[in-house]
Amino acid sequence: MIWNPNKECMSREDMRALQGKRLQKLVTYVYHNVPFYRNKMQEMDIAPEDIVTIDDIVKLPFTTKQDLRDNYPYGLQAAPASEIVRVHASSGTTGNPTIVGYTRKDLAVWSEVMARALTAYGVTRDDTFSVSYGYGLFTGGLGAHYGVENLGATVIPTSTGNTEKHIRLIRDLKISGIACTPSYALYLAETLEKMGLKKEDIGLRIGAFGAEPWTENMRKEIEERLGLKGYNLYGLSEIMGPGVSYECSEQSGSHINEDHFYPEIINPDTLEQLPYGEQGELVFTTLTKEGMPLLRYRTKDLCTLMDGKCECGRTSVRMGRIVGRSDDMLIIRGINVFPSQVESVILEMPEFEPQYMLIVDREKNLDTLQVQVEVRRDFFSDDIGRMLNMKKRLADRLKSVLSIGVDVRLMEPNSIERSQGKGKHVIDKRILK
Amino acid sequence: MTIKQLSVFLENKTGRINEVTRILGKHGINMHAFSMAETTDFGILRLIVSEVEKAVEILREENFAVMLTEVICIKCNNTAGALSAILEQLSQQDIFIEYMYAFADGEQANVVIRPNDIDRCVKTLTACHCDIRQGF
Repeated sequence: MIWNPNKECMSREDMRALQGKRLQKLVTYVYHNVPFYRNKMQEMDIAPEDIVTIDDIVKLPFTTKQDLRDNYPYGLQAAPASEIVRVHASSGTTGNPTIVGYTRKDLAVWSEVMARALTAYGVTRDDTFSVSYGYGLFTGGLGAHYGVENLGATVIPTSTGNTEKHIRLIRDLKISGIACTPSYALYLAETLEKMGLKKEDIGLRIGAFGAEPWTENMRKEIEERLGLKGYNLYGLSEIMGPGVSYECSEQSGSHINEDHFYPEIINPDTLEQLPYGEQGELVFTTLTKEGMPLLRYRTKDLCTLMDGKCECGRTSVRMGRIVGRSDDMLIIRGINVFPSQVESVILEMPEFEPQYMLIVDREKNLDTLQVQVEVRRDFFSDDIGRMLNMKKRLADRLKSVLSIGVDVRLMEPNSIERSQGKGKHVIDKRILK
Repeated sequence: MTIKQLSVFLENKTGRINEVTRILGKHGINMHAFSMAETTDFGILRLIVSEVEKAVEILREENFAVMLTEVICIKCNNTAGALSAILEQLSQQDIFIEYMYAFADGEQANVVIRPNDIDRCVKTLTACHCDIRQGF
């Protein structure tokens, strides 16, 4: 089934014309409402009139995560505060989260693109659907929630936590679809088995998985253990949230909702636009966003774009799997973590040497983060309580900055390997094949 | 009346205690007593050694985090109830013991005590004629 064939199956010419028209309007809108973009465009000597077709997008400036941080909290917001009806935030690197405001129309677009995704997965009004992304500042929970409601299926806002209760609800309420991170899906499978239940005891048939990188092997394992079919759901809060792109039954890349989010692939070093098929950094322009529209936002995600009509009938451009990052960001339990965040916390505390190592692993299908840090000689104490307190203060501080629990390991001075040149601070033991 | 105890910060890693004993042995420093306090990821090795200042210096050179702590070492008879009689005096004076360790040899036992209030502890032990060691 296709939710909106007018848009999802539009001819390429019509789509490009629509994108050009929307881009033109967007550029005029941000030029007059966001000083940041006006200044940038004036520096580059471009006026809104210079943007006529979608191909003119290459003339426009890029936006980076750093720009969002520098303009914290509302500097990039284009709509007046009276028009903003909701705010989400993603974790920031040095304390400042990224704030994204949505107008009523933005929320309507979001529900629309999520409904397209869910329909592509095969969800219908007859389904009962559990949203197990975290509800709150994170876009996952509410984003998927409104999509399910828009589609007309029954939404069960289970959020995360209390997995046994969740499984009982899946069984008793005959929940047929679920949206969660792939690692949570594996944890769910494990809990199911621990409770002595079989996949036949529950009726899950559709899984919408995203918010962290996952692999074909994980898909197979989740499908096998939960007895469902798993689909990729891609999104990022800066652009909208979940629903930026989605897989269809063909599972040959994820269809981008390109009437709202215009994709480009660039060479992250030269910033030149690359043709379809080449791997590079994914860039999005929010063609219709009102609250916080972004021009050419650099996602740092590395992938390829594919064109050509899909067997499913959709004509939209598809993106391949995310194969990596053009920065050092880690995604741990769906949360973005930069080693620099850990570094800045450690530098604030005189008890520790500025030497650290992040060990990322996956235990019982949940990501774990261990931070190894050297105790400075002068701060070593014979009092074990004081040492444990030192460790706890670092763990608490890291938790408040990163939004995830961290296992701190106190290490001897000089025990963490010093590298020449660019420091190696991460060991990722998660096997992503 | 007190003895300087050497404390060494160690990661929980195979061979780390041996590394300390090897370095001390190489420099002719004798260990009279020691104990190991451990947590899940690190431990504190506490030692009474023959040349404590020299031990600090050489271990620091080898990048160990070390520090000196004042402790009291007493001798008591290696008989039932002997230690209890002494500890009874300390608890009556409300002296809290942060940690202690002991080793017995023949007729005698040596007990290392780290109290919360070292001066009052020495005073109390002296008052009850306890045999406080000045060194080894």
